[in-house]
Amino acid sequence: MSEVHKNFMELSFASRSENESFARVAVASFISQLDPTMEELTDIKTVVSEAVTNAVIHGYEEKTDGVITIRTYMEGHKVSIEIVDQGLGIDNVDEARQPLYTSKPELERSGMGFTIMENFMDEVTVESQAGQGTKIQLVKHLKTHQQTIQH
Amino acid sequence: MGLYVDVARRRSVLIVRLSGELDHHTATQVRQRLENELSKEIDTNLVLNLEDLTFMDSSGLGVVLGRYRQISQLGGQMAVCSVQPSIHRLFEMSGLFKVFSFYENEEQAIQACGVAS
Ligand SMILES: Nc1ncnc2c1ncn2[C@@H]1O[C@H](COP(=O)(O)OP(=O)(O)OP(=O)(O)O)[C@@H](O)[C@H]1O
Ligand SMILES: [Mg+2]
Repeated sequence: MSEVHKNFMELSFASRSENESFARVAVASFISQLDPTMEELTDIKTVVSEAVTNAVIHGYEEKTDGVITIRTYMEGHKVSIEIVDQGLGIDNVDEARQPLYTSKPELERSGMGFTIMENFMDEVTVESQAGQGTKIQLVKHLKTHQQTIQH
Repeated sequence: MGLYVDVARRRSVLIVRLSGELDHHTATQVRQRLENELSKEIDTNLVLNLEDLTFMDSSGLGVVLGRYRQISQLGGQMAVCSVQPSIHRLFEMSGLFKVFSFYENEEQAIQACGVAS
């Protein structure tokens, strides 16, 4: 009998910039059991880096005592990644998602983070409340090998 | 992992070769190093060689655009060369492909700056 492969992981870490590379490598390494292409892996690393960097820079304004949580779910070839912070939140999500919009031009931000997430993933959902924090949900359907993992 | 910045000079061209991963964490180091080199005012042109850059995100776009602005203010040219396909996509997405010049290899990029200066 074969069934749809399901798996899950969660990790929490301090809002420090050195954890950005740790986060993208951890998610990529978890996803690798689905045998993604190099391009799919790079896409996923890039979007995790975008969302975690946003939590560090905007959510916690580079204060290192915040907590960032990542949950990654797999179901068949569908990968869902949630990046959660309890930081400042976003007042106007529609404005924030506009290409080239940044609230921090003085930090040399280009305002491309959400645009990159939207281009590299199939679905991007943003839930945010000012003063409460932000949750980004990213979904991608991997197009690789249509096999189910045997149990 | 991390990022390594290698700097060389040829006449009026500052050649910067980045290897490793350019993200928010490592961008600070690149920004400081390049601001420092450019403030010596020996060079007026900048070639960025990204051949050995294995990862970049929007933080990299920000640093590259920031240096372009800096070099333009000094009246110089900037050229980027040897960009890997995954990073190429980010430049395209952001529209930076229309802003400064991209070349296949370092020699072409240097020539392009040299001729113009
Ligand atoms: N986790 C977050 N908490 C609070 N605000 C956020 C968060 N993520 C994004 N934002 C807001 O949304 C804006 C757009 O984000 P986006 O990632 O697209 O651009 P950026 O981070 O400003 O620039 P870039 O990603 O190109 O470096 C940010 O400038 C910020 O105001
Ligand atoms: Mg961003």
